[in-house]
Formats: sequence, C-alpha cells, structure tokens
Amino acid sequence: MKIVITISGNTIDSPFDPRFGRAAAFCLMDTETGAWTVHENPALSASGGAGVQAAQFIAKLGAQAVVSGAYGPNAADTLSPAGIEMYLAPAGETLTAAEVLELFRAGKLSKTEAATHAGHHGDGH
Amino acid sequence: MRIVVASGKGGTGKTTVAASLALAAAEWEAVRVLDCDVEAPNAALFLHPDLNQRKEVGILLPVVDETLCTHCGRCAEVCEYHAIAVIGKKTLVFPELCHGCGSCTLNCPEKAISERLDVMGVLESGPTPGGIDFARGMMNVGEPMAVPIIRELKKWNDMSLRARSAKQSPPIVEEIASGENAPRNDNETGRLLRWEERPPRNDIIEIRDAPPGASCPVVETLRGADFALLVTEPTPFGLHDLKQVTEIARELGIPAGVVVNRDGIGDNAVEAWCAEVGLPILMRIPMERRFAEAIASGKTLVEAAPEYRGKFFALLENIRARVAV
Repeated sequence: MKIVITISGNTIDSPFDPRFGRAAAFCLMDTETGAWTVHENPALSASGGAGVQAAQFIAKLGAQAVVSGAYGPNAADTLSPAGIEMYLAPAGETLTAAEVLELFRAGKLSKTEAATHAGHHGDGH
Repeated sequence: MRIVVASGKGGTGKTTVAASLALAAAEWEAVRVLDCDVEAPNAALFLHPDLNQRKEVGILLPVVDETLCTHCGRCAEVCEYHAIAVIGKKTLVFPELCHGCGSCTLNCPEKAISERLDVMGVLESGPTPGGIDFARGMMNVGEPMAVPIIRELKKWNDMSLRARSAKQSPPIVEEIASGENAPRNDNETGRLLRWEERPPRNDIIEIRDAPPGASCPVVETLRGADFALLVTEPTPFGLHDLKQVTEIARELGIPAGVVVNRDGIGDNAVEAWCAEVGLPILMRIPMERRFAEAIASGKTLVEAAPEYRGKFFALLENIRARVAV
C-alpha cells in the first residue's frame, strides 16, 4: 500500500509535519517494501486553496492513504472523493517519518472521515 | 477625476473627509460618491441618499456538466486559486475559493463548464439631497471576499446616471454665485445651474470612500484612481498604516497627498515622515470637541463648520492641479 506522510525535511528520518496543505514535503512510502521518495509540496507557497492543491498532488502520486496532523475542509473534500484515507498522527510529539510509518503499520493511528478544523480561507483578506 | 479617500488605520476620518469633500465639490461640480467600504458602508449616514436602485452582485461560479466533462484536468491546471480540482473521474468545485475569473470556463476544451451568479452582496444607489450621485456596496454577512463587490461598484456609474436623469433631484445651491469661480451660471439670470441643467462634463468628480486596512479591498478601491487622499492621525499607529497605504498608491502609480486629522494630538512623526518622503500634507483638521460632537450627531464637517466648505473646495482644486501634472 502506498501512503504519504507529511514531513518537514527531505528524508524518511525527517520530522513529521502536522500540517497537511502547508506541509513542507510529502514522503511517499510503500508499506510493504519500505521504499520511499520525498516530494516537495507544490502548495506550500499557494496564496489560497493549499489543501485542494496538495490533495490533488498526492492523488497523482498514487497514494491510497495519508498521515498528517490535521485536515481542513477543502483538503478533506478533495481527499475523500479521491478515495484517499486520512490518518492522524499526534502533533505534539517529535516523531520522524519512519516512526510514523511504524505506528501506521502497527495500526496505532486513528482515522478521520472529515475535516478536523475549519478552513483558513478569508484569513488576512 | 477619481479620488480615493484611504487611510490604512480605521477611524482616522476617511468618511468625514470623503463626505465633506463631496458636499463642498457638489456645490460646483457633478459629483459621484462610491462607498467602497462594503463590509461596513457608513457614508450614507452623512450624505442621506435616496437609495432607489438595487442590484444583487457576486461572482460567476463554474458549473461542470459531468456528461460532457472528460476529466482532462485543464480547468484545475489554469485555476490560480485551486478552486477546481479533478480527482480521477470527478471534477470538484470549491465555491469559497473561487474568485470568479472565468479561466476554467474559457479553457475547457469540451465546453463542459457554464457559470452561475453566486450572490455576495448588493449595490444600492440614488441621489442625495445635495445632488450627489451616491452608490454603495453591501457585502452579505459571512462572505469572505469584498473585492468582487467593489469591482462591480466601480462599474455602477452608468446605471446611477440613468437614475439621475429619470428623477429630478432638488437643486444644490440656489444662491446667486458670481465671479469667475461660477462658470456654470445661467447667463441670463445668474442663477447657479442645477446639476441636471449643467452641460455634460467629462470630468465628473468621483470620490471613493475606501475600506480601512491595506489589503486586497483597498488595492481594488485604489485601482484606476487618479489621486489617493490619505487621511491619517498624528500617532504611531496612524503613521504605521499611512506608510502601508502610501506604498500601495506608489506601486499603482497614483499620486497621493495627506490629510492630518485630529491635528495636535500625538507626535510630529507623521509630519517628519511626509517631509522625508516628499508626501504633501494638503489639509489639517485640528482636534476639536465641536467636530467630534457634530460627527457623533450625524453631521459632516462642512455642516458643523461652514468655513470648511472653502477649505475643502481649495483641497479639491489642489488635487486637480496635482492630477493634471
């Protein structure tokens, strides 16, 4: 299974980034083989709609699930129809992507069906 | 000539200055006032327009015909705001992200996208007792974007002018005016012509009361203007925001000048900064209790202190000279 973990670095040992749309990068992993690649988040500097853009991007990567710390309404509304499952990892602890992957494999991460917070749109406009 | 009254900081006296400038100018000129502070328009409190025209406005949202859509993704590619996404065999529209630019509709190779009006607010317009063409935008509660309403408000002109010719407004000033400053007097009677009798002029004075702040709505209000009249107060906060709005005007290539309101309070940093950057101070309104009382009771400065009629007309002439350069 291919999953994406939001990270703030460029390797599997980089820290987990609890933001979804504004995550620095996405670590794409194969849960069976452990193979991984890192992809910069094209939505990082978007003026708006970062969640939508990031969700489309990981859909194109072929991810079937994503692990992040939170999902906005637009991100959730794009990920759900794409059939990408949304998992939550604790934002408070300092975890690496590799450690998050272990938690995922062990079935210790909770799943969410909907957005975990309200949208950011309108902030600062 | 289009003059924007802006400030950055809220509560510096934008509407006070805009309303008084409009009333002073309307004694001699054809004047239009656009209240562009669509989140909290308040110029009507001072100018008392008869708002007899109303129009719903908003943006055009894309509607995707799934029977025609091939999910090629072109719409999502061209959308600057990520308001449309193509996920597998689904095309999703996010109305609250859409700015209504129409790029997706234009670029759809299958012509599968049509547009529907998403109402975000209303435009209201009508003449004031002083013969001013007045129009304002009012954003609906909960809407996140003011810019589309301001953009529509700026296009309102034609409709309000038609309303003006359809309805005879009361005369502005019936007193006899003389001298070379009264070029629009009737030659035979010497009576000051009412606006509807005056020959059509190309340079209607348009005064836009801007929203506070220094974000997109202020930029949209300033766009296309000939002059930015920046109202500030001589305080650190007033100066901080004055700098931001000055920068916007500069970026847009619009000449600017300053009105210092509540002159006498605070410090002299505004004055020093204006001198340093060559920004002219065109008017000072001292901090006086009688002004505050008048404004609190719904009167304008020119009504509370008639000597300001001349000062505001001189301000208008000053601006006109600066715009002509």
